[in-house]
Amino acid sequence: MAIDRAQVRHVARLARLALSPEEEERFAAQLGHVLEYIERLQGVDVSGVEPLTFAGDAVGGIPLREDEPRPSLPRDKVLAQAPQQDGKAFVVPRIIE
Amino acid sequence: MKTDLLPLSQISDALASGGVSPQALLEASLARIRAVDGKLHAFLRLTENEAHAAAKAAAQRRANRKPAGPLDGIPIALKDIYCMEGVETTCGSKILRGYVPPYDATVVRKLKQAGAVIVGKLNMDEFAMGSSTENSAYGPTMNPWDLSRTPGGSSGGSAAAVAARLVAGAFGTDTGGSIRQPAAMVGCVGMKPTYGRVSRYGVIAFASSLDQVGPFAQDVRGVAYLLSAVAGHDENDQTSSRRPVPDYAAALGRDVRGLRLGVPREYFGEGVAPEVEHAVRAGIERLRGLGCEVRDISLPNSPHAIATYYIVATAEASSNLARYDGVRYGYRARAGQLLEMYEKTRAEGFGAEVKRRIMLGTYALSAGYYDAYYLRAQKVRTLIRRDFDQAFATVDAVVSPTSPTTAFRLGEKLDDPLAMYLSDVYTVPVNLAGLPGISVPCGFDSKGLPVGLQLIGKPFDEETLLRMARAAEPAEHRLPPIVEDR
Repeated sequence: MAIDRAQVRHVARLARLALSPEEEERFAAQLGHVLEYIERLQGVDVSGVEPLTFAGDAVGGIPLREDEPRPSLPRDKVLAQAPQQDGKAFVVPRIIE
Repeated sequence: MKTDLLPLSQISDALASGGVSPQALLEASLARIRAVDGKLHAFLRLTENEAHAAAKAAAQRRANRKPAGPLDGIPIALKDIYCMEGVETTCGSKILRGYVPPYDATVVRKLKQAGAVIVGKLNMDEFAMGSSTENSAYGPTMNPWDLSRTPGGSSGGSAAAVAARLVAGAFGTDTGGSIRQPAAMVGCVGMKPTYGRVSRYGVIAFASSLDQVGPFAQDVRGVAYLLSAVAGHDENDQTSSRRPVPDYAAALGRDVRGLRLGVPREYFGEGVAPEVEHAVRAGIERLRGLGCEVRDISLPNSPHAIATYYIVATAEASSNLARYDGVRYGYRARAGQLLEMYEKTRAEGFGAEVKRRIMLGTYALSAGYYDAYYLRAQKVRTLIRRDFDQAFATVDAVVSPTSPTTAFRLGEKLDDPLAMYLSDVYTVPVNLAGLPGISVPCGFDSKGLPVGLQLIGKPFDEETLLRMARAAEPAEHRLPPIVEDR
């Protein structure tokens, strides 16, 4: 299945990825190649088949833990990993003028 | 032979008998890393200070005759995907360069409690996406048997470190074969437990319905020790099972007489290197000689596994990797506007394969394509799981080659993503079905490169799998040429 550069640009925007013109061209070719391989699934008879969304232990289900407040990581330790912060919050480039 | 060159379980025995100390083992490990890791590049960084403190504490417990278990004082290392408090964790990516987690992954916490001496963090394909460790932002790892070849991937650093005896054991992660394939490529034992057997809390996510963590060692008993230390329920990973954890090493005492072994016809013949098939068939004959009943079986949906995997895994990855946006941790590109900051941060922080997979996953989930790709792939996934359910009605385990070829050359498959993906053709179905799988060495090809035999088990039946793997593993452990000190 062919995928053109306009589609690549659209998907890159959805994925929040800035691509160079060279990358757009290379990804169009490589993704087309992989999608062509994936096309084989269109020939599989899946009528009446339920999707498998969880391959884990169905015994006892996957219970939620009790919704009780408990301590989270200290704010200063978390903020210490941020590229920009003001001691209270993460700082990002201005959104509204 | 020097104690540190022995398989993990024998090192454990030597520690128990007082034949060697944790500090001596750590010194030997660090000396070997200094001597050869310049050529191998298995490690991204060492945690020497933490390791010295851990070895000293282990020695104290051993002296008091109160060891924390068979791992107390054993040098191990971790794929750089495990968060370790106070130690940089990059996941092989530039986007996480300098990230120092404020907490330990559950596996790390349990290994520390078991007394394991964590020596450092190991190289990997960026975000575990790859089959050769060439996608690491920090350069590739080399195969200890032939430095011009890859050790497989994505846990290539873990596999190479164990094979070259830099550490006695290691942990990796396996989303589509990333433990078993590199274990096969370097000639050590590598196990992916059942989905849900081990907590993934604090393990950086790739594809959450497939990801599982697991151990590497030179011997099956060593792998059993490592698995016993980390398995079990964790309230911080909702998918972790509440089933009790058996003593895996205890299961190894029983023989394999009467166990039924299935040989799937789809995993042999076309696509397998003849020398790989020959070595695996010889391994099956050894198991038959030990009393296993060998049966031909069919897993008819196997040919759809790679296509299914590359939709499910990339879709989940595109969602999981949305968190790398330059706001809370890791790399941030300079930009005046928020959207531009996101797009530039991700463009500059991610490598080519990660971008390719995010693009494919985003495409498969995007409006108009969801039903045709993602939903259909999940239905085919049901068919793949059913194949195994049917097989396990008549056999106790399934056997196959771990990978169709032995280790390939660096660069050989880098420009052909699909060729790289196909090296996981026998491991991927196991993740899709959520089953346990293990790779054990079963010989060498004519180039002197190791061949791996894969055993696949029923859900949560790691005990049978380990028993069979124990029977299949070689009696002698050949050393790769890079271990010059014989």
